[in-house]
Amino acid sequence: MAYETVLGLEVHIQLATKSKLFCACPNEFAGEPNTRVCPVCLGLPGALPTLNAGAAAMVARLGLALGATVHARSIFARKNYFYPDMPKNYQISQYDLPIVTGGALDIGTSEAPRPIPITRVHLEEDTGKSAHPEKHGDREETRLDFNRCGVPLAEMVSEPALRSPDEAFAYLTALRRLVRWLGISDGDMEKGSLRCDANVSLRPVGQEAFGTRSEIKNLNSIAGVRNAIAAEVLRQAELLDRGERIVQATLLWDQDKERLQVMRTKEEAHDYRYFPEPDLPPLLFSAEALAAETRALPELPLARARRFEKELALPAYDADLLTDARDLADYFEETVTAGAPAKAAANWIGNDVLRTLKETGGTLATFRETLPPKRLAALLVLAAGGTLSSKLARDLFAILLVEKGEPAELAQKHGLVQESDTGALLAVAEGVLDANPSVVADFLGGKDKALSFLVGQLMKQTKGRANPTVAQEVLREALGRRGAPR
Amino acid sequence: MSRPLWQESASTIADGVDKGTLAVDDVVRAHEEVAAAWEPHVHAYLTRVPGGIRPDGSADKPPGRKLLNGVPVAIKDNLCTKGVATTCGSRILEGYLPPYDATVVRRLKAHGAVIVGKTNLDEFAMGSSTENSGYGTSRNPYDVSRVPGGSSGGSAVAVATGSAAVALGSETGGSVRQPAAFTNLLGLKPTYGRLSRYGLVAFASSMDQVGIFSRSASDGARTLAALSGHDPLDATSLPGPALDFDALDLGEGAARGLTVGVPRALLGEGLDDDVAEGMRIVEAALKAAGATVRDVTLLPPSSWVATYYLLATAEASSNLARFDGIRYGLRKPAGNVLDLYRETREAGFGAEVKRRILLGTYALSAGYYEAYYGKAQKARRRIQQDLTAALEGCDALLFPTTPTPAFKIGEKADDPLAMYLSDIFTIGANLAGLPALSVPAGFTGGGLPVGVQFTARAAREDLLYRLAAALEHQLSDPMERRWPTKPS
Repeated sequence: MAYETVLGLEVHIQLATKSKLFCACPNEFAGEPNTRVCPVCLGLPGALPTLNAGAAAMVARLGLALGATVHARSIFARKNYFYPDMPKNYQISQYDLPIVTGGALDIGTSEAPRPIPITRVHLEEDTGKSAHPEKHGDREETRLDFNRCGVPLAEMVSEPALRSPDEAFAYLTALRRLVRWLGISDGDMEKGSLRCDANVSLRPVGQEAFGTRSEIKNLNSIAGVRNAIAAEVLRQAELLDRGERIVQATLLWDQDKERLQVMRTKEEAHDYRYFPEPDLPPLLFSAEALAAETRALPELPLARARRFEKELALPAYDADLLTDARDLADYFEETVTAGAPAKAAANWIGNDVLRTLKETGGTLATFRETLPPKRLAALLVLAAGGTLSSKLARDLFAILLVEKGEPAELAQKHGLVQESDTGALLAVAEGVLDANPSVVADFLGGKDKALSFLVGQLMKQTKGRANPTVAQEVLREALGRRGAPR
Repeated sequence: MSRPLWQESASTIADGVDKGTLAVDDVVRAHEEVAAAWEPHVHAYLTRVPGGIRPDGSADKPPGRKLLNGVPVAIKDNLCTKGVATTCGSRILEGYLPPYDATVVRRLKAHGAVIVGKTNLDEFAMGSSTENSGYGTSRNPYDVSRVPGGSSGGSAVAVATGSAAVALGSETGGSVRQPAAFTNLLGLKPTYGRLSRYGLVAFASSMDQVGIFSRSASDGARTLAALSGHDPLDATSLPGPALDFDALDLGEGAARGLTVGVPRALLGEGLDDDVAEGMRIVEAALKAAGATVRDVTLLPPSSWVATYYLLATAEASSNLARFDGIRYGLRKPAGNVLDLYRETREAGFGAEVKRRILLGTYALSAGYYEAYYGKAQKARRRIQQDLTAALEGCDALLFPTTPTPAFKIGEKADDPLAMYLSDIFTIGANLAGLPALSVPAGFTGGGLPVGVQFTARAAREDLLYRLAAALEHQLSDPMERRWPTKPS
């Protein structure tokens, strides 16, 4: 039977605030266990939370970027359950009145939008970490690290609107781009900055009602999400094909073994006994604060891609590529503003700049210090003006990365100026023909391809400085003198 | 001075220490001698600190002058003291040494106070007699066969016997006012948010407040002035500055022009004759002091106790979840983590705490939430509105503090409902977040203290202390108080 996959994702986004959500401890990754803790994040008796307003503002920003409702008033709630790495044995979260409801995350391209509706985004605190049990002396012990306790998390819940593992992949990719774009998270799934739970169910194609769902937890890479969902879709389809019932369950994805394990079934589900957090007053956003946050919102990736297409006449492929990250789009746009032709800038940034970053493992931020948009633009202007061939331009690009100075001056210094003088090139051409009589004969005998060999030889003689168009012209002219013109 | 140092007021001590006419060591020693003599009979303290916890170089600077220089203060053992045992009267926190001071403790130190010890309480402040303490019951110094009240019983006994000039307790539903009434003291439950809860081990966070025991209005107001003012570490702390003690008029005319409402209909059956007599004495004294007394109508308080116990136990069930044997306090090792939780909590908590955790867990459970917790929240809002409305036409409301004077040890220990019902008059202020002050109102024929209380609008503790001061001028000079007699 043919089934339709129905997916909803719950993603925890670690917010990149300076301090934790309810105390002044630094919000940093890793560190010696239990060194970034205080009475508040350790949940010591008597300690009380106070809200880091920066974290709430980040959730509001995400909500605005999703086109969602950011509520003027939301409520913190306690989620009660016992777990050793959660020191209060309750988590401060939000329940029936979250900061953000509605909105959509577009996982499509500038040409083919695919908005996925969002249910809610709320703010909550992270837990600590339990190490795997280990032998210490003659005892097996589980060691606890509370450094992560109280790190701010935005939990974003999608509607069950995704229809394939590939769409889940696209959702996480789009979300990662968005949170980085907004500067609210490093979005690094491997570091746990994005953590995803997936709700998966199948229904016969054409059926309206949802099937029984399972929840997959512990997904810590974007590829892992796709693989785990694909495995679960397969498992459910096999069960349904055999006429068996899906049991509502929570599954764990084992990344190493690429396998799903049942963690608990519905019967063992928690009653979290949510109730309003009495230690924190309602979270309020004034109309002015929201207006200011709206004004500060950067132009979003898809809008920017569409503008690149419209205003700069870029193909959709280039526009999408350049809006993969905000700093990349900024770099591109600044290069164009500095005078570079848009398409050339797109090509150079999309190919040479990105390749260089990949090869050196560097960031765009440090790369820009070496090659600011203005400097790249100067290079592209030289190339566009015909002063530089693309070969020479690439040579100059390499020089710009290691040597200081204006591109035009460096081109002069290194003799990277295109030779377009017909007389000078004709002399070289004659020499090339003299040195290659058999190739000349081939050409005159009708082998057109022989010309490109001769062009190559001419370029070699001129160390690549010959203007390729002029080079072809003079070679044809010289060849013409040695035989029938073709 | 004709009077022994331990009988002196906080004001006299602070002034004397300021002027250099009193030595802090002498003050502390005098109070320690009282404690040593009384402790075998009353068991006020869980920890006594020889020489007291003195302010050291790390103490904060007070915003104004030091108000409590050299004043011996006892504090309830659910307020965190850095490096000094803080048990909450529970075996589950035996040996626990907090790494930080509660905000009110820091402010005491900033004002030069000397913390003489940590006082006994009902476990996690759950009770009305100290009989629920994991470390033995405190006794009423006016009759050692009776309870001193609770949960802040130890603090009350300390001030009543003179081993401390003032003391801090905490209230969730009358735990300062009720023991104050039982021991001839003033007991203040400030407005919710008036005193920082940072470092007060939580019972029911939406009602918990640090409270103040004193033998006079002046000493109580002085202590409130030292401890109040916004605390950025407590998100529920009220904005604004501390009470301005120097601007407060506690003279003979302190109550002139004030209007006091009496919810007459509430004072019907079940009210002890001695308590009713206390109400009459106070009403007459208020009139004599130039205040207007008039009747006000309140909705019957029949829903108060149910509302209070649903909300308080629900919050407690969550607040007390952290005591699990993993990070601090008692741990009963077991084969797996679930058994470790079970056995630690089974051994560490007393019966009343377990009862309240179970009640609260039930009230918050899926399927029951709306019927219990949700309904109680609605009832709470109605009670708030009712008390607020009654206070629109007057400056304060006058109630009995308790239906009866101090009861016998063991009398209600096996009847939790009877114990809960004794909170009937106090919990309204906690549910509404309003300030309330219990003041002495004479003695029974058998020599037991009686108390009545005033409730005012939010942040108007000044009115409460003015009324109390007026009564002192009319009824009895606090410096000539009737001290309890030590059993031989």
